[in-house]
Amino acid sequence: MNDEIREILKGHARLPVDVDSLADDADLYEAGMTSHASVNLMLALEDHFDLEFPDHMLKRSVFESIEAIGRALGELRTEAAA
Amino acid sequence: MSIAVDRDEAFLETVSAVAEEVAAPNADEVDRDARFPAETIAALRENLALSAFIPAELGGAGVSFEALAGACFELGRQCGASAMVFAMHQIQVATIVRHLDDAPWFEGYLREVASEQRLIASVTSEVGTGGDMSRSIASVEPMSAGVGRFEKQAPTVSYGAYADDLLTTLRRSPDAEPGDQVCVLTRSDQHTLEPTGSWDPLGMRGTCSPGNIVRAEVPLEQVLPTQFAQVMNESMVPISHILWSHLWLGIATDAFARARAFVRAAAKRKPGEPLPVAIRLSVLMSELSLLRAEVSSGLREFVEASAEDRAQLSEMATILRFNNLKIAASEQAPRVCQGALGVCGIVGFKNDTPFSVGRHLRDTMSACLMVANERIHQTNASLLLIAKEV
Repeated sequence: MNDEIREILKGHARLPVDVDSLADDADLYEAGMTSHASVNLMLALEDHFDLEFPDHMLKRSVFESIEAIGRALGELRTEAAA
Repeated sequence: MSIAVDRDEAFLETVSAVAEEVAAPNADEVDRDARFPAETIAALRENLALSAFIPAELGGAGVSFEALAGACFELGRQCGASAMVFAMHQIQVATIVRHLDDAPWFEGYLREVASEQRLIASVTSEVGTGGDMSRSIASVEPMSAGVGRFEKQAPTVSYGAYADDLLTTLRRSPDAEPGDQVCVLTRSDQHTLEPTGSWDPLGMRGTCSPGNIVRAEVPLEQVLPTQFAQVMNESMVPISHILWSHLWLGIATDAFARARAFVRAAAKRKPGEPLPVAIRLSVLMSELSLLRAEVSSGLREFVEASAEDRAQLSEMATILRFNNLKIAASEQAPRVCQGALGVCGIVGFKNDTPFSVGRHLRDTMSACLMVANERIHQTNASLLLIAKEV
């Protein structure tokens, strides 16, 4: 799933650095993701994975790294399956 | 519980007395001469009001956030500029109190704010960022071990020349991205301010907020440990919007009170006769109550969220909510003041009658510019795309 997230980051996070150069736990905001770009990233993730982030997940810490995004998506999928 | 309530009440009584006895008689002169409300700030210092929000264990009075908001309202009723200086200082204090994360330097600093009643100003805006507080151009540049320097061009620094200390936002380091920010506290002997403009504005004239180039050399322990993005979402932005809204409500409330006094005087002059202007006053009351409702619900929601789980304040739906408080209050407060002018007519328009509301109208017109509403709408427009319940 992290690879899929990486692809979406490439299209939507508008980072000034190469996404492939970032570790899974690298801070995306420190890498230059703006809050405006993070909204577009959230929309793209919702669209691609066909799910919706509830309000309590819509905060900076959930989108701060590839790992954190993967964890949030994992939680949502588990909830959907339950 | 009752001790806390007593403490809050005593604080509010003190601030109300300063507002009535010191801020009110000086308000017109402060406005006319665009001068710093020195008497009011001195009186607040004497009464230890500058450290009221600092916890008792660090030397402050430990009053509640609600009491702080109430104090902004009381000062706003008498002198908008005094209230704004007080509010901006308290925003910095509350931000440090909530985010010092046991950093020993900042604990010691808060003790000094309490013992010396130091006044803190902020340097958050920057030339070239388009009013976006979440981005910086200037950065903390390392010098020798443990010491850094910075130079920041600020389009406005409110009461910078009168403050003891400055809290400045900067990029963490010269190679940090614009959004990777920290706050740095500098004392007046660590920074210099070079004014880049004059100060002759329409309203809030006593805040003395010309542009400045701020230069400083500072030990790195004076960098607040928490990342500014978190500080901004959890404290600085919602607290600013709540305290500002309270003082705008205070100004609007006094404008309404003047309009009401005008109508009562007219009614007494012609007892029993129909008084069309009384209807306008009634219309105005409903405008004021909308403002009051928005301001008080914003305060309640902030206090509840802070008590439950402060991280809630970083959620987009919550950011939207406190942004909207700012937009709504900053538009409604001048509307009420203009309505009061409509009720009072020419005696409201003149600057030297008991019913003058020109200062109120001009002061509240600054509200939509303090972090421009246009800028906040841009942020909200983007958050609305993704937030689920608003």
